[in-house]
Formats: sequence, structure tokens, C-alpha cells
Amino acid sequence: MIQVKRQNSFSRILTLAAVVLLTLSSSLFAQDAPAADAKAGEALFKANCAACHKLYKPMTGPLLHQVSEKYDREWLYKWIKNSQGLIKSGDPLAVKVYEENGNKVMNSFPALSNADIDNILAYTDTPKPAPPVLDDGPVDVNQGGGVSNNLILAILGFVLLLLVAVLFLVNNTLNKFASAQGIEMPVEEKRKPIWKAFVENQFLVLVSVIFLLLGSAYFAYGWMSQVGVDQGYMPVQPIHYSHRIHAGENAIECKYCHSSARVSKHSGIPSLNVCMNCHKSIAEVAGPESEFSSVTEDYSKEFYDKEIQKLYKAVGWDEATQSYTGETQAVEWVRIHNLPDFAYFNHSQHVSVAGIECQKCHGPVEEMEVMYQYAPLTMGWCINCHRETNVKIEGNAYYEEIHEQLAKKYGVEKVTAAQMGGLECGKCHY
Amino acid sequence: MSSNKKYWKSVDELHGDASIEALRQNEFVQEIPTDEFLGDKETLESTETTRRDFLKYVGFSTAAASLAACEGPVVKSVPYVVQPEQIIPGVADYYATTIADGFDFASVLVKTREGRPIKIENNDLAKAGFGANARVHASVLGMYDTKRAQFPTAGGEEVSWTDIDKGVVAALENGKKAVLLTQTFASPSTDKLIGEFIAKYPNVSHVAYDAAGEQFALDAFEIKYGFRALPDYDFGAAEVIVSVGADFLGDWNGGGYDSAYGKSRIPKNGKMSKHFQFEANMSLSGANADVRVPATPSQQKLIVQALAGGSASGLSEGVKAKVAQARKALLAAGSKGLLVTGVQDVSTQRIALDFNEGKVVMDTAKPKLTRSGDARKVMQLVKEMNAGQVGTLIMAGVNPAYSLPNADEFVAGLAKVDVSVACSLRADETAALSTHIAPVPHYLESWGDVQIKMGEVSLQQPTIKEIFNTRQFQQSLLNWMGVDKTYYSYLKETMSSAGIAFNKSVQAGVVETSAFAKAVTASNTSIASDAGLASTLQGSNGGFELTLYTKTSMGDGTQANNPWLQEMPDPLTRCTWDNYLTMSEADAKELGLWFDRSSFFTEARHDANGGLNGHYANVTVNGVTIEKVPVMIQPGQAKGSVGLAVGYGRKESIQEEMQTGVNAFPLMQNFQTTQSVTIEKVGGVHEFASVQQHNTLMGRGDIVKETTLEIFNTKDKHFWNAVPEVSKAHVEYEVTSPEVDLWEEFDRSVGHHFNLAIDLNACTGCGACVIACHAENNVPVVGKSEIRRSRDMHWLRIDRYYSSEDTFAQDDTKKEEFDGLGGDKGSLGGFGELEDPAANPQVAFQPIMCQHCNHAPCETVCPVAATSHGRQGQNHMAYNRCVGTRYCANNCPYKVRRFNWFLYNGNDEFDYYMNNDLGRMVINPDVTVRSRGVMEKCSMCIQMTQKTILDAKREGRKVKDGEFATACSNACTTGALAFGDINDKSSEIAELKEDDRMYHLLEHVGTKPNVFYQTMVRNTEEV
Repeated sequence: MIQVKRQNSFSRILTLAAVVLLTLSSSLFAQDAPAADAKAGEALFKANCAACHKLYKPMTGPLLHQVSEKYDREWLYKWIKNSQGLIKSGDPLAVKVYEENGNKVMNSFPALSNADIDNILAYTDTPKPAPPVLDDGPVDVNQGGGVSNNLILAILGFVLLLLVAVLFLVNNTLNKFASAQGIEMPVEEKRKPIWKAFVENQFLVLVSVIFLLLGSAYFAYGWMSQVGVDQGYMPVQPIHYSHRIHAGENAIECKYCHSSARVSKHSGIPSLNVCMNCHKSIAEVAGPESEFSSVTEDYSKEFYDKEIQKLYKAVGWDEATQSYTGETQAVEWVRIHNLPDFAYFNHSQHVSVAGIECQKCHGPVEEMEVMYQYAPLTMGWCINCHRETNVKIEGNAYYEEIHEQLAKKYGVEKVTAAQMGGLECGKCHY
Repeated sequence: MSSNKKYWKSVDELHGDASIEALRQNEFVQEIPTDEFLGDKETLESTETTRRDFLKYVGFSTAAASLAACEGPVVKSVPYVVQPEQIIPGVADYYATTIADGFDFASVLVKTREGRPIKIENNDLAKAGFGANARVHASVLGMYDTKRAQFPTAGGEEVSWTDIDKGVVAALENGKKAVLLTQTFASPSTDKLIGEFIAKYPNVSHVAYDAAGEQFALDAFEIKYGFRALPDYDFGAAEVIVSVGADFLGDWNGGGYDSAYGKSRIPKNGKMSKHFQFEANMSLSGANADVRVPATPSQQKLIVQALAGGSASGLSEGVKAKVAQARKALLAAGSKGLLVTGVQDVSTQRIALDFNEGKVVMDTAKPKLTRSGDARKVMQLVKEMNAGQVGTLIMAGVNPAYSLPNADEFVAGLAKVDVSVACSLRADETAALSTHIAPVPHYLESWGDVQIKMGEVSLQQPTIKEIFNTRQFQQSLLNWMGVDKTYYSYLKETMSSAGIAFNKSVQAGVVETSAFAKAVTASNTSIASDAGLASTLQGSNGGFELTLYTKTSMGDGTQANNPWLQEMPDPLTRCTWDNYLTMSEADAKELGLWFDRSSFFTEARHDANGGLNGHYANVTVNGVTIEKVPVMIQPGQAKGSVGLAVGYGRKESIQEEMQTGVNAFPLMQNFQTTQSVTIEKVGGVHEFASVQQHNTLMGRGDIVKETTLEIFNTKDKHFWNAVPEVSKAHVEYEVTSPEVDLWEEFDRSVGHHFNLAIDLNACTGCGACVIACHAENNVPVVGKSEIRRSRDMHWLRIDRYYSSEDTFAQDDTKKEEFDGLGGDKGSLGGFGELEDPAANPQVAFQPIMCQHCNHAPCETVCPVAATSHGRQGQNHMAYNRCVGTRYCANNCPYKVRRFNWFLYNGNDEFDYYMNNDLGRMVINPDVTVRSRGVMEKCSMCIQMTQKTILDAKREGRKVKDGEFATACSNACTTGALAFGDINDKSSEIAELKEDDRMYHLLEHVGTKPNVFYQTMVRNTEEV
């Protein structure tokens, strides 16, 4: 009954022609430039150029996006292969570029072929990807997903109430019927209430009182033992530093940043110049589109980039000029692992001498988006480990003699930290 | 029927007064003025807070507060923005530098943590500047002093440095006479700079001034050798030392002779040096002497003459005999016989100088340069100032308004000076009166070079950025000369032009060079003997002879605001927080300045709490009177003489608690430290804060074991160093035998086993270890009144014992010979007599700290096991476990445990240095700051031994001998304290432990301490 109106055959032909034309023209256009592979270019760029250049932002060197349009291609070949040679030959453009960029010497890349450079240029010409469209805000589940849970619950509750009322009414009515028809309801014989029986049984009372007291003492002790134990303490830090990204995904060695753990009692919070070793060139995290993306559902790229900006502000790094302003502001981190002042703990003893993994006490740091206190840091926890752990004597001349003597004394093959004296009060309290 | 009697309470009631009726109805006739204290009614009614609400709020807030208290506080950690390369948090850095405050000169190492200097150590590379005394050890605290001058001022107002510079340069340029009045810098660069300054401003002259100087020794040297310096002596090489009034273990000749002296006192191959001391005050040197003869200053002059071969007339027979004995020994020792004197005149100084001439024990070719002041020039300056001739006075490192004998004249003259600039560390007595204060940094914040002894330059480098807005004096000179250069670069140029590798020398702290040597030439001086400084001593004409001295703790008073030094017990009187007139018992009794031992009816020497009391006296010299000087009875004080320490009584820019004692400088007339005085008793009782109430050993020879060199050389050790024996089943056993041990022995042969050796022969009692222990272990300062209550916190004390008879040996004999209770040899009176020291007693110093007993009595009585023993021999103290029962202190036979009665940090009642953020910067972060209610004591510096072990572990090697150290053993320069691991059989300590002189304190108790002592050997022939 309903008729579909046929499209005009003429217009169909037109559309087809346009498509063919467009396809052809684009392939014709492509034949102009050497056939370059942006993918291969990207690999080359990352291997050779990324240490100093970025696509859309200046770094040590200038930004390279659409650099092929700025300069003549032949000139670029020469420049990339031997920029210093070009400058020395007196090429005016080369000298100008050199001076414009603060007389920074660019490495020479004689190994790159022209095709390689074409590939790289093809990569640098790729347009900047549009930032992913952000949601306007958190999605309200209740508004979108049909009937809300609360409503369902309310209806359910109402139905239940109704049921109770109906049952009550039914019961009443039946009782009335029964009395009206003279049916006697069987009366239950009144038994002694259970509490009375309990009170009369003195033995039971005694036992339960003892049980109650012991139980409450146990719980009180347990509760009080928790005073001052901050296991799981997870404060908000002034800069959201993700151990997951650094230690986990990028697999940076713990002691790269916490270097004093090797030689000092403190593991040390890295000073900001350590951060800048890498962050001079890492101004933003890889977005979700990248295969190296570190972004999660909870923490977006924008969020992380903002945190890096906080670092730049604190250390006084001007991204535009790629230089330090000298205006610094110390970061007040919230200390997570707080040993009391009367307890002496030395990182280097455990890290360098005993060779214990950081994770043994600090937990799976490489998975922690927000750092928290993993271990209870109680004395019992320390002592247990000292009891269970053997002293690492291999290759340490200090231990040779004493270990041999102690092993003989205690009749063991391997001496534990406790047997070495690791339980003595004065080893940690002075 | 009941009675009709009417009872009435008052007549008004009986008469039926109306007011009574009203009272019956209403308890208060007038309306109670509740409104007055509840505010006006309207507001009260309009308020919504009812009484119940109020209680609710109180309840909730209390509960909330207590809940919140369960939460740990949020701790912030702030790392560096850019971490300096050499700083690793938690690891100490050491820098070599030099103290030169005009009184103390020493080459030292400074331990810094996270950029904060926290401790001074000796610089082993230094020769002349080696050996920090107690004041040098304490100087690190002086930097963190809130009472320092913090910014430049002019007329009391804060100004900029440009303002200061403008004012001074204008004054210098107007051509009126200008004077630089400075301390002795002994600095080649500074000397050169001052020379250039004078070349630029020819109207400037330079006057050097030492508050407690060596005027006469300097004069004598200058007359003989042509420039102002002090001969250097080698007490280590001397076989016979005769000192007449020279406290060379104190500050005589600039001090610093402990190290060499101490080493020469340890008997080696049956030999040790022999030391005669003739002196008035009981000094450290006298206490260490083999033969000590009390002699007043006027007698001392005769003694020097007699020793040099002159006549001995005028001396008593007893003294004559000793002089003859000393002269014989001196001559016998030949080139190794040393005569030194502190007699205050040039001729006597010349005698000593001539006597030692050409001997190996004296070095005049490379003299000491640490004193250079000339009193004549200072006095001339004061005259010129009063005459209004001086337009500009620039002062650096001096405080003449306090330390000049004629300070009043100086102050009057200062008012007539147009521009006076005080380049000082604090706004002291002089600076407060000056027109400008140009504050200088502490030596730990400064650059510099110091030639302590000719031929060795010690370098100064800053160990911290300047804390306050200060500028070095030398930098000021450069600025005022209009030279656009830092003193650092000036110093570097001076050094490199002398051919010295600067960086290397700064790292080592010292460099040997002859570049700054002065040629010792024949006499070319203008000084005639004693010109203008004639002695005021008139011999013994009924008055007293006063010897002014500097105390081991306070020196010349430069560091008067240092609580560590204020609380450091004097080695001899054991008194803290005071100076006093020392007087012999006989003189005191004569003048009525004597307190009897406590009795029921009289004013007593000791209060009920044990505190020592003293009388007051006025001391007058030439019409100058110092009022209310407390009198301290000093055994060994020469009869007819008294002593008084300078360096006290400072007021300006000194914290109230530290304003102690009286200023004795006004008595130092004509710059003579010996004066004729009259003494007059005045009323009142002075309360001393003394840490040792017991003066004698009472014949307990097993505490300080002592023998003579003769016995030591000829007899078996069982004779002079017998181990006490006990009887078991009628068999005598040595107490060290396992047969009579209460405890089962623990195997201590595995791992380290630390022992501390204390050689009573080498210990001079200088107290450097006491302050080093303070600094290392965060020992709190408790203040005078707490000390008087015997609540001192020193972990390490140096007990001083006097003998009751002439020698300790005679004490022992006397005690042994007690027979029965009464009678001549009765113990009842006998022990009483033994309590009083002799008029000229022998003295013994005994450093005592926790003995770290292997069988510790304290450990067995602790109810909470807070103190326990480690395998390495240390007795551990877990403060966090201690509940403060104090059983351990009661059970300790050595009384070395200290109970922490109060919270000493952050407590307004104890406002010393732990009470402000600046002072707390000196705290050692490796040692717990103890809180109230715990017992504390020497830990044998377990933080240091553990660090040594850890370093070895980390480097994968064994610990080398000499690596283990404690704060006290590091500070000891005489070799009296040695520390190490006795399980290392090749170590020095293991050898010392096997030494014949080794004994344990109170060995018969059977505690088996890990601290052991070496029997004292005196080089005396038995009379």
C-alpha cells in the first residue's frame, strides 16, 4: 500500500560519477609526492628524533609538525643528514634556523636515506588528532536507565506491607468466624521463659559471664592494638603521582627515584630535579588512542596532564621557552609511612645489604594508582620478618666469620636475622 | 509538757526585728546580682543555648577531641627542589674548618646532617690546631642562638648594609683618627687586608686586644725575638715539667697542650713524665701533677727565680725543699726539662724563656700566634677616646665594655666617638653602646684562614648558609675600601699567591706553609720591661692575693649564652651555672666564711636536699669592689690566696637564665691576673648547683686505684692491682672467677664485643668528652635549680676525688688501720675525718658513664624489660618501653642512670635550646629525644657502632681496628678514652684489656662491666 518513491536514475549516476572522480583525483594527487609511509616514519621519528623534538610542541628542538611545508625538501635532506656541515658551508637559511633555535647543535643523521626522511616527514605532516570529545559530566544512572532502583524498592516495600495487612485481616476474620461458631482455640500451656531458666542455672551464668568478659577483653585488646596503626593510610597528595604508571607501566626502577635507599636510612622522596630528568620531555601522558596509553576510566589524560603542569609550576619550568624560571615552590608531600621517632629503621641495611625487594614491605607499588601504607609497620611485623628471614651472607666478607660461628652455635645452616641479633632492643631503639 | 523556753539566735531575733522575718522568708535579703555575671537578661533569654545544650556541646567536643587524638597527625615531607649533589638525606657530611673566636683556636671537623652542622670533631690532620676543648665542642650550639644580632642596626634601628657602609665610609673619609680594635685573628689574609685598609685610609690604626690575654709572656717574647707571639712547648717530649702558676691544661698560652701531656703521662717501659706544679688556685694542671705545692703568686715569683738558680730566700722551708727537688729533676732531665710559668711580670717570663732556650721542649722558631693583644695600646686608645681624638672606632670580635678592667672609662670614651661600629656576633655590652652594629656570622658560617702556629695554616669554610643577615668583618673591610670583591675570592688569592692549593687545603682543613712566617730576629722592639704595667702585688701584707682565671667551661665569657657550657660542671669544684671565690678552708674559717657540716642548729653547708651552700664576700682591689661574690671552699688553695673566674656576669643579649655569676674583669687591673685584694664577709647564703657532694674517696681504694711509679715498676700487679677475692666454702676465689658467679655466663666470643678503656693517668679532667656526649646524644640542659636537686642529666660525668690525707694511699692505710668504734683509731670518728679533704690533697679524675655490665643489676630489676643486654656488650635502654619505676637507677652501683623528670624540649620552664626551632637544629637525628618519665643513660653510642657495622656490611668487608668509636673516645685527645671490639684480638682495646693496670670499677660487686679503667700511676718517690 505504501509506495516507495524510486530515486531518479539520473541523480544516481551523478553520485556515482562524483565518487569515481573523487577517488581518481585523490590517487592522482598522491602520485606527486614520493610515496611515503607515515607508519614507518613514526618508528624512525621515535628512534631518532623524539629525544629532542615533538610534533605539536617545542622541546629541546622546535616542533616539527608540517615542517615539510616550511622548508624545501632537498634542503631538509641536507639539514637532517649534517646540519653543522650545512651551517659551516654558510647556507643562510641554515644559519638562520640555527640562530633562531638558540644555537643548539642538532645531531647529524647521515645514516638516514632520503626515503627514510620522506617517511619521517610524512609522519610529521599527519594532522593533530582532535581531542576526544568529553562527556558533559558524570552520567546519572537513575535518569537514563529507565525505572530507578529506588522506585522498584519502594513498590516492593509497599506490596509487602499490603501483604502483611491482608494476612492480619485474614487472621482476624478467621478468629471472628471461629468464635462466632464456638470453636475453641487450643490454649498453649505457659512454659517457663528461657531467660528465667538461664538465670536459675548459676553454672551457665558463670560460664557466660567469663566468656563475655574474655570476649570483650579480646576485642578491646584487638581494638586498642590498632591505635596508631595506619595500615592502608592513603592520603591525598598535592600532586597526583601514579606509581602505577611510573613503576608499573614504565617499569622505572624504584631506586632510580628513591636513590638514597641504597646508602641512607631514609629512602628519600626524590627532589624535583629527578622528576625533570624525564619530564623535561614528557609534558603529557599518552592519550587513550595511543598503544602506550596510561589513561584509565577514573583518571583521564587531561587529569594527568594537569598534574604534570603542577610539577612544572613547582620546579619553575617554562614549557614555552623550555627553560627554568627560577621560581620554585617546594612540594609538601604527605608522609605515608610514619615510624615513631623512637624506632630506628635503616633502608640501606635492608635494601643494599639484605637485598630485600621494596615490595616486601611496601606492597605492589607498581599497581598502586595512589600510594598507600601496605604493611602495618608494627613491631610484631618487624620481628616476625626478622625471625623468618635468613641473613644474606653471600659475597659479603663482613658476615663470613660471624655467620660460621653463629651457625655452629645454633646448629643451623642458615642464620636468621633474629639469631644475628636482630631482636635486640637496642638495635632499633636508641 | 514541753518547755516554753524560747531559743534565740540574736538579740534582733529576740526583739522581733523586721529584717529577721525577711531573712526567714528569703535567705538573701537583697536580690542576688545574677545579671551581673550572666550578662544582661535580654541576651540571656534570647540565646538558644540552654544549659542542657551547653552540656551536650561539652560532651560532644570532648568526645570528638579524644576520638581525633586517636588519629595520627598528618606529617609533611618536603624534599629539595634541586638536591645538592653531596647531600644525601640521612647521611652525615664532614667539613674541615677552624674556630678562631679570639680565645679558642682549633682545627676541627664539622659533622653536618641535611645541611645543619650538629657536632664538632677533632681534625686528625691538624698538628698545632689539634684538640678541641669543651668550649669548642659546645660552639656549634652557639650558632643556633636566637640572641645573636640578626641584622645591621644604626642607632638601634634596623638598617640596610648600604646604610652602614655609607655611614662608615663617610666617617673614615673625614680624616679624623680611626681605630680598628680587634680580637687576635692570627689570620694571614686578615692581616694583609688590614694592612691594605690602613694603606687606603692612613688615618686608621690597628689595635689588637685579648680579653684574657698573655700580656707578659707576649712582652717577654717580643723583647727577646722582636714580635708578639707565644713560644710553643712540647709537653709530650718533656721528661720533667715544672709549672709555676701556669695552668697549661687550662687556657695558659692559648691552651691545647692536653694531648701531648696526656700521652707523656702513660707509663711506657717503666717511664713517664714527672710533673711539679707550684700554684695558688687548684687548677687542672695542679690536679694532674705528681707533686703539687700551693704557693701564692708573690711566692711563685721567688720560686721561678730559685728554680732558675737564684736564691730561694723568702720561701718557707717546705716549699724550699720542693723547689730544690724540682730543680734537681729539671737539671737532670737536661734538654727535656721544661719550666713554664704564668707569673704576671715580664722579668719572670724572661727567666723561664731563657731557661728553656735551646731545649727540644720549647719551639720559638715556630711560635703560637693565638694571642697578640697589647694592653698598653688599648689603654692609650681609651685615653684618646676620652680626649675626643678618635672619630671612628671599628671593633671586631671584642667586647671591651664588658671585659676591660676600666670598662667605665671605655664606655665614657665611646660616647665621645662619632661613629662606632661593632662587628660582633651579638648585641653585647659594647655593641649596645655603639652607633652601628654590623653583625658578623658565626665561624661555622664564615670563610677564613688561621695561622695558629707559625708554619701551619688552618682554613675556615662555611658549613651552612648564613642564618641571619650578617656579613663577615673582612667583607666589611673590603666594602669600606671600595673593593668590589668577596672575601672568599680575596682569601683564595692570598692562598694561591702563597703557592697553596686552595681546594685541597680547604678539604683537609690545614696546610703547612712557610709563606706567612715572620723572621725571628734579635730584639727590635720599643717595649721596655713592664712599661706602664707594673705589678700591683705587694706580697703578703695581711691582704689576700687573688688569681683571676678562666674556667674550663666558660673561658673568657665569649660563649656565655651557651647552656651546655653553663651546665658543664667545673672539673674541680664540680659546680655549674656560677663563678665564685675559691678560698682555702683555713682562711675561710678565719674570715667566718666557713659553714660547718650539717648540724641541727646552725646554718649548714648542705641543704636538706643536698644542695651546697656558701657565704658571700665583697672583693676589693684598689678601691674597685665586686659585691656579693659567693665563696667556695677549695682544698689545695694556697693559704692567703683566693681565686675568681672571669667570663661570668654578662647581661647584654644574654638570656636571663644564662646571666650567671659576677663579672670579675674590673679586678684585672693593669691587665694583671694576680692582684692584692681585701675580702669582707657580707650576709646571705648562696645556693650553689654542684653535681658532686662527696669530696673524698674515704679510703675506698678500689674505686680509684692508684700506685706510684716505683711500685708499679718493681712489684707484681697482684700487689698494686689485686682482684678482690670472696670466700666460697672457705676457699678464696677471685671475684672474676666463674666459681663465684651468680649468673650463668653468656658466650660473648661471637661477633663484636665492645669495651671502653679509661686511662686514669691520661685523663686530665678537661671535660671535652662531657660536651661531646651532650651534642651526640641530645642530652637536655636542666637548669640551675634542677641541678641543685641532683637532677643533672649528664650521661657522662667526670668524678673528682680529693684525698683526705696527703695521698690516697694514706687514706687507704688509715682506713685499714681502723680499730674498734671509738678511740684514736676508731672508725666512728675516723670516717668522719676521712670525709674532709686535706689542705693540699691529691686529686683524681674518673670519667664515669654507664659501665655496660655483662651482669647488669639494672636489667634484672626492670619490671617491664625496658633495659636489656645486647650480644655486643651494650646495655640497651628502650625508652618507649620504660614506665619510669626507677628500680634500675636504685640498683645501679655506679649511679649512672638519669631519670628524665620533665619534658625538657618545648617546655617554657626549661627555656634553653630545645625550646625553639633554631636551637633544635643542633639535635642529632639519629638519637631519640627522650620525653618525660623515662630513664636514660649512656648507650655506648650504639648509633655510632651500628653505623660503623652497617658501613662495613654495605662495603662487604670486615670492620677495621680503630673504626669503632664513641663520642667521648673521639673527643678525647689525650688517649684516656679508647674504644673498640675486644673480640678483635689484634685491636688496641684487646691489648689494653690484658694490660696489668686494667681493673673494673667496684669489681667485688661482680657486675663484670664492659668499661674498664687503667690504674693511676703517680711519678712520686715515697717519702
